[in-house]
Amino acid sequence: MSTLEKEITFGAAVKQGIAEEMRRDKTVILMGEDIGSAGGVFKILVGLHEEFGNERIIDTPIAEAGYVGLGVGAALTGLRPIVEIMFGDFMALAMDQIVNQAAKLRYMSGGQATVPLTIRATMGAGRSSAAQHSQSLHAWASHVPGPKVAIPSTPKDAIGLLKTAVRDDNPTVVFEDKMMYAIKGSVPEVVDPIPFGVADIKRPGDDVTLIATSSMVLVALDAAEELAKGGISCEVIDPRTMVPLDKDTLIESVSRTGKAVIIDEGCQSFGVTAELASVVYDGAFDYLDSPVVRLGAMDVPVPFSKPLEDVTIPNKQDVISAVKRLS
Amino acid sequence: MDTELQKTIHRSMLRIRRFEEQILEVYTSGLMHGLAHLYIGEEAVAVGICTALRDNDFITSTHRGHGHCIAKGGKLDEMMAEVMGRVTGICRGKGGSMHIADMSVGILGANGIVGGGFGIATGAALSAKLRKTDQVAVCFFGDGASNQGIFFEVMNYAAIWDLPIIYVCENNQYGEYTATDAVTAGDTIADRAKPFGIPGSTIDGNDVEIVYEAATEAIQRARTGNGPTLIECTTYRHRGHHVGDPGDGYRSEEERQEWQEKDPIARYKAALMNSGIEEIELDRIDLEVRSEVADAVEAAQGAPWPGVEEADQHVYA
Repeated sequence: MSTLEKEITFGAAVKQGIAEEMRRDKTVILMGEDIGSAGGVFKILVGLHEEFGNERIIDTPIAEAGYVGLGVGAALTGLRPIVEIMFGDFMALAMDQIVNQAAKLRYMSGGQATVPLTIRATMGAGRSSAAQHSQSLHAWASHVPGPKVAIPSTPKDAIGLLKTAVRDDNPTVVFEDKMMYAIKGSVPEVVDPIPFGVADIKRPGDDVTLIATSSMVLVALDAAEELAKGGISCEVIDPRTMVPLDKDTLIESVSRTGKAVIIDEGCQSFGVTAELASVVYDGAFDYLDSPVVRLGAMDVPVPFSKPLEDVTIPNKQDVISAVKRLS
Repeated sequence: MDTELQKTIHRSMLRIRRFEEQILEVYTSGLMHGLAHLYIGEEAVAVGICTALRDNDFITSTHRGHGHCIAKGGKLDEMMAEVMGRVTGICRGKGGSMHIADMSVGILGANGIVGGGFGIATGAALSAKLRKTDQVAVCFFGDGASNQGIFFEVMNYAAIWDLPIIYVCENNQYGEYTATDAVTAGDTIADRAKPFGIPGSTIDGNDVEIVYEAATEAIQRARTGNGPTLIECTTYRHRGHHVGDPGDGYRSEEERQEWQEKDPIARYKAALMNSGIEEIELDRIDLEVRSEVADAVEAAQGAPWPGVEEADQHVYA
């Protein structure tokens, strides 16, 4: 780590990304529940309210459809709002505003409307928060034409992707895994915006491609480290954005390795692992030595009791077993 | 009220009426796809409210939105072309009747979701307040939308933050094919503003000068930082819910006749003549409007369809 780098938590990185954009552009505001003087329920936004005040850091009532809708209207008329959905599960309450309004206004108006709204939502199970506070619903946002979808897995990516999200004139949903807020990573002194549609090879390798999102990137890296001791070289790719998706990097990698395991915390069925597997099949079919393996969350509501919850989320051992079966 | 303004108002109502009559014609002749939801009979609400607004004030409209859009400054030729799906339409044919928008005159869009304009309008009001302009936002909605949960959410937001917004309910007695009374609790929709401390009133939505007066007061309140207002306008749609719906099965002949006699345009014409304006002048305005509308129809019919390459354009900025 050079002297110009520092170690910060994922949560601190999120705050830094927001703060830097708010300093840079006075039209950026932040709205959400408990994000003001309370500093956010996950305590990662402490200090923002003090720096930016009531007119830019706005505590809302518990009314998601309302404040997401207000975010759409404000974005349409000269502001660049960031709205926080405390638990991604609550996106369900605001779906009309996201799906029927934000996503479609530009298209339906023939290009007249611009909606530079950033929605930050959390994802990720593993905290014993049970079924209504643990879902990873990034596939929902990705399936609707209109919003861009970013999923950072490191503090540096969090800052870079958030900056791009705020500066992007389109509605963007950024999913942050709440389980990662305390995890540290290194960031350079100045973090530039990271372009959407550019995957990141987090670990180069030759034998098998592991495509992972969000906290599953860390799971994949842990598995890769252990597999390396046994002589299996894994390439770990983080797509970073679902929309737009960097298909080329995924296809190029699998065309080299011939094997792919996809790990994502959304449910196994009708979600991200299925979509990314299709991308791999479409682009690298002739180079595949074996079927693509999909490791998503179990197709059940997230259970409360710890031994049950743990078994529904893909883990390091699942990845190792999958890779060994392929080899 | 100054007679020039009165004639402007009368012209505006006629532009809506003649436009909608031509939409019906175009639909019946098989020249348009999809549906339209006619505003015939409700003209005094759109015109009374929008005449009191500036170009840079915002409105959100409903699926029954041609009236609001015309009154707010939408161009007839661009709107007719949009309804007919042509590339010369204000939305390049991408939106159609229910999604007409014209950002250049503050029309943030008609909306196909009942209640879809609440969040957008309230957000526009928030934006005006935070940007420290004195713009205001008007949210048009119907009696049907007054039962959507988001209505109550936005009133709460508007009240806690003193937002410069006017919620205008067009109570035309029916939500689609269901009588409002059968599905709406409480005595009036205006009363729904009370729990939030928002001033609310119910007025005769077919008297354009009464609507204009109520609008002026509410707009003044909003512009001076004194917060939101709810205005419930009692009115009636002469035609069915959508073009093609005869509008009779669920509404009695007597009721429809009773409301025909309260036609806002006929009433206003009579009132203007009573105050000394010559009938011949008012008829001249009507002829001009009919000609304007006819030109719009002709232009739309001759206009090109969007090229298929446009299908995946305008998703992203």
